Amino acid sequence: MPLDWIYGLIGGIMIGGAASAYLLLNGKIMGASGLLGGVLDGSHAGASRRDALFFLAGLIDVPFVWHLLRGAPETQLTTNVFVLILAGLCVGFGATYGSGCTSGHGVCGISRLSPRGIVATLFYLSAGAMTVLVARHGLGVI
Amino acid sequence: MRSMVSFLVGGLFGMGLLVSGMTDTTKVQGWRDVFGAWDPTLAFVLGGAVLPMAIAWRIAARRDAAYLGASFPAKPDPKITPQLAIGSSLFGVGWGLSGLCPGPAMASLGFGGWPSLVFFIAMACAMIAQPHVTRSLQRAG
Repeated sequence: MPLDWIYGLIGGIMIGGAASAYLLLNGKIMGASGLLGGVLDGSHAGASRRDALFFLAGLIDVPFVWHLLRGAPETQLTTNVFVLILAGLCVGFGATYGSGCTSGHGVCGISRLSPRGIVATLFYLSAGAMTVLVARHGLGVI
Repeated sequence: MRSMVSFLVGGLFGMGLLVSGMTDTTKVQGWRDVFGAWDPTLAFVLGGAVLPMAIAWRIAARRDAAYLGASFPAKPDPKITPQLAIGSSLFGVGWGLSGLCPGPAMASLGFGGWPSLVFFIAMACAMIAQPHVTRSLQRAG
């Protein structure tokens, strides 16, 4: 268990390091839903769009290459199609409607003590805990 | 150079998600499972990520522009809106149900098989539809 915490801390520092480099070098906020959403709805233009496309390429390709070399990491994702689609719709709709997800509101927002980032994080964490309680211990679907 | 940085940042972010366990949905759900077998790993992930970023914001505050010349993002409107609370809650429900948020959803696309793809497509469709749905709801309301 404590080994997992150490990996968590190391991975976290890598995530924060990536967000720091994006801010200090490119002047951009590393928010996964914002970068993907902007590419999908075409609201990014010029350099922003190029930044987002290269970011997404790195995010998908580097773990893909890693899994070819070292084997696939555990994902344990459910195979219940109904749950997958419902969850995907909630995440996509909620993250764009609420203007951010874990990386944008959580990592980039909390670290600059943004009230919006902190409030958003409290809401998604408590909604998530409630969902796990109901879906796992109540309904038993996950 | 900017594009190169973007690619490397995306790659480092993706590997950080893998190393930390954010792509392992049982760990993510375990963190939310405060009434069951609580797994605190993700608190370490968030803490580890916030630390370097807090330093980065300090450095940014003392500079006029980013190192490659672009200007820094403007400080966002601090207003807490119902939209922020509703959107974030809905996102939390989806994250709790699946154990995936947008970053890990993309990082695991390359090795997560069809469930990853199904989740990603549903998420992408909702992202595209959201502004349109919101607008028609506002018109109807």
